[in-house]
Amino acid sequence: MNAGQARQGPAIEIFGLVKRFQAEGAPAIDGISTAIAPGTITGLVGPDGAGKTTLLRSLAGLLQPTEGTLRILGLDPFVQGDALRERLGYMPQKFGLYEDLTVLENLTLYADLRNVTGEARRLAFDRMLAFTDLAPFTGRHAGKLSGGMKQKLGLACSLLGTPEVLLLDEPGVGVDPISRRELWRMVRELAQGGMTVVWSTAYLDEAELCDDVRLMSHGKVLASGAPATLMGQMAGRCLHVTGILAHRREVLKRALRAPEVMDGVIQGANVRLVLREAGRWPELAPWEAGAGAALVEVAPRLEDAFISLLGGGPGGDSALAEMTPTVELDPHVDPHAVIEARQLTKRFGEFAATDDVSFRVSKGEVFGLLGPNGAGKSTTFKMECGLLKPTSGQALVMGIDLKSSPSEARQRLGYMAQKFSLYSQLTVRKNLAFFSGVYGLEGDRQRVKMDEMIVAFALAPYLDTLAADLPLGFKQRLALACAMMHEPQLIFLDEPTSGVDPVTRREFWAHINGLAQKGVTVMVTTHFMDEAEYCDRIGLVYRGRLIALGTPDELKQSVATAERPDPTMEDAFIGLIEEANQ
Amino acid sequence: MSALNPRRLWALCRKESYQIVRDPSSILVAFVLPVILLFVMGYAINLDADHIRIGLLVEDPGPAAVRFEQTLRASQFFEVHSGPTREVLAHRLAHGEIRAMVLVRSDFTAKLRQGQGQAAIQLVTDGAEPNTASFIGAYLQGAFDTWQQGLAADQGTHTVPTIDLRLRSWFNPSNVSRNFLVPGSIAVVMTIIGALLTSLVVAREWERGTMEALLATPVTKAELLVSKVLPYYVLGMTAMVICLAVSVFVMGIPFRGSLLALFGLSTLFLGGALGNGLFLSTVLRSQFNAALAALTSAFLPAMMLSGFVFEIGSMPKALQWLTRILPARYFASSLQTLFQAGTVGSLLWLNALGLSLIMAFWLGLAALKTKRTLD
Repeated sequence: MNAGQARQGPAIEIFGLVKRFQAEGAPAIDGISTAIAPGTITGLVGPDGAGKTTLLRSLAGLLQPTEGTLRILGLDPFVQGDALRERLGYMPQKFGLYEDLTVLENLTLYADLRNVTGEARRLAFDRMLAFTDLAPFTGRHAGKLSGGMKQKLGLACSLLGTPEVLLLDEPGVGVDPISRRELWRMVRELAQGGMTVVWSTAYLDEAELCDDVRLMSHGKVLASGAPATLMGQMAGRCLHVTGILAHRREVLKRALRAPEVMDGVIQGANVRLVLREAGRWPELAPWEAGAGAALVEVAPRLEDAFISLLGGGPGGDSALAEMTPTVELDPHVDPHAVIEARQLTKRFGEFAATDDVSFRVSKGEVFGLLGPNGAGKSTTFKMECGLLKPTSGQALVMGIDLKSSPSEARQRLGYMAQKFSLYSQLTVRKNLAFFSGVYGLEGDRQRVKMDEMIVAFALAPYLDTLAADLPLGFKQRLALACAMMHEPQLIFLDEPTSGVDPVTRREFWAHINGLAQKGVTVMVTTHFMDEAEYCDRIGLVYRGRLIALGTPDELKQSVATAERPDPTMEDAFIGLIEEANQ
Repeated sequence: MSALNPRRLWALCRKESYQIVRDPSSILVAFVLPVILLFVMGYAINLDADHIRIGLLVEDPGPAAVRFEQTLRASQFFEVHSGPTREVLAHRLAHGEIRAMVLVRSDFTAKLRQGQGQAAIQLVTDGAEPNTASFIGAYLQGAFDTWQQGLAADQGTHTVPTIDLRLRSWFNPSNVSRNFLVPGSIAVVMTIIGALLTSLVVAREWERGTMEALLATPVTKAELLVSKVLPYYVLGMTAMVICLAVSVFVMGIPFRGSLLALFGLSTLFLGGALGNGLFLSTVLRSQFNAALAALTSAFLPAMMLSGFVFEIGSMPKALQWLTRILPARYFASSLQTLFQAGTVGSLLWLNALGLSLIMAFWLGLAALKTKRTLD
């Protein structure tokens, strides 16, 4: 694995690459020129639709560039593909595994296809199986592996034939943080051996681990460089508001109104702010954060740099929240149990997807369900909003058992599904009209409500666009608008921000925060660790069980040690899961 | 570029075979479906009319009328139900309980004896099923002839007909329609199997994202294509053997041709059917769409236009031309020939030519559409 060092100059060169799929509209890749050094891990970072996958596929010779040229190891991947394929490893987003073949059969297939035979194959298999810890599972069908194991097997298959360049398309998606850390260890080892690795990701915290990153948006590279360099440009612009006694959401909202503040998020008990200029600090007093509150400078993150490049955050005011009436619960509803799970259990055959889960969510609380894919958070979630019937236990909403009177409960809740579940063949206006009609709005009330939503989510320019043709961020906005049409007193959001850019994510959280302040109870699932910080409380779901429940800071503190006094949310996540495994 | 590396080809074929063996649906389509379809088509589609229910009202107690009734009842084609009145019979006919009603008037014997005009037998048939109605007409005429001959014999005035018509049905002496329907339905069954199986396979690779990984390895276009055809060819031929065995040993259909000719023609036909499925799968990239397209484009025409049930010769000219591009037409004709007539070289060679051209067309098109890129 050291051929990369034999060549001089960059391993990958891209000159003026343009890729269009349709003659009209914006190209998927819009004039990218960059060079990637051998033996490094380079992150392609950006939201869905930024052009990461198209770029990787072009590099793998799977797409013909519309304009511009590519050189990998001095070869044109489209024209000299045959020569290049022997030296290139590529793992597509879905790992490229045959689910009905066993681990060993998958490895054998790819070894045959990549011309790895005889003694070399035996050695490669031994090394790969040891490397991935898959040796005990060689006879298991790939479809029956966990997400993390699939990803490692996919990596092993793309590594057969010891490629000099390795292209990984979002290997971290859908994989729990523990497996992700292992993957990083493996890829780091490969890069040290001289392999050039290109790794695409939507997670900015993950990208901080790369040697070099390309921040991408709308088919363009916004910035290139080492994460430390990019973050260095933000030095002196990142602050924490500590010692907050008032409500953090209120403080964040006020802070975001200050002209000096470019962006802000909630981080546990603190509020984290990014300034427009280093040294120009805002006035703390008007935020009424409390007597003990203080501004403390903190280390920048890659996300800060990205937000700054995108022109700053969206502000903290939510037009949606402003027009939402303050929630008045029925007098018989316990305000400490607007949402409640009592020994909630769901079995599919022998397998318990949700196993004895209990929690209560208070009025106006933002409650987050966190957990790796397949841990059971979606199952729990679906039972709580009446889409799945529990095997045993009870799911209650405002004291109403969803098993006995699901439609009565559903009238009071809003639900936004993980997948886009609006009518993609209808225009934005018709979707709004349909969903408001479904919830029983008609005449003037319907018109007024629709107009309010159009203003709150800035949908006016897209009213006659088909929902299918909307940009991802607007699809999510429309979905939230449709879910909020009937002014529900509680709302369920299943991974509402997955795949969208950080600015749109901020905007979503501004809505969520604003709604919570109006007394709307929010239950949300997410796999962004930083988003978990916005929640008042988090339930950590693992293997169907609720293994931890508490505020973000409580969870973080529970894994604090002498060597690691200030653990991150991801540290807490990994620590608690490892604890549960023992 | 389009070289075939034996190791890579073997690896791909092996992978495909594992997938076939482990996927219950492909086993179902290849082994269970043909047997079910053969039985359904062999027994349910029956062009022979047997035991048709008719109503009979004999108002005349005379011996001639009784004799006529006996002749009717003796016929294997009819199941005779006597009715009390015309109204009752008409009601039953309207409700489909009987397919026809036969009335022998009360003056039947008298008129016959006295020669006062013609003695009338009235036949009312259910014209909603024209096929059955015309069968009944013909059979009743037959029964009437038998009755008249019997009548003449009784009277001792045996009339010798000047023409003695002797009917021989060649190739299917007992005139059992199943003997020609089953070979035809094998063609339909094989069309379904061939097109349906391969219509899924390439689309599945696209849907599961394995195609992307495959294309990033050094496999060539030819290897990709051949590895998709070979395993399914073996599977299809196995299904063919099952069809043959079921037809001959279970359903008792005679097979008079050469097995080698059958093997050759089946190979040509499967090549075309697999190519058709492969092309749809490659172009549509979605299992659902491809399977739907395969069923519509291969199965329906095979059912309607292959000459398996409906004779091509009696179709409108335009449709007759259309049947020429259908592989099922040549295959059904070949199978019917091989089963019923034996190895008739001149006809089979012509069919083989048709099948070869169609196979070349579909496989060529599939090859043309198979690309090494995702565009």
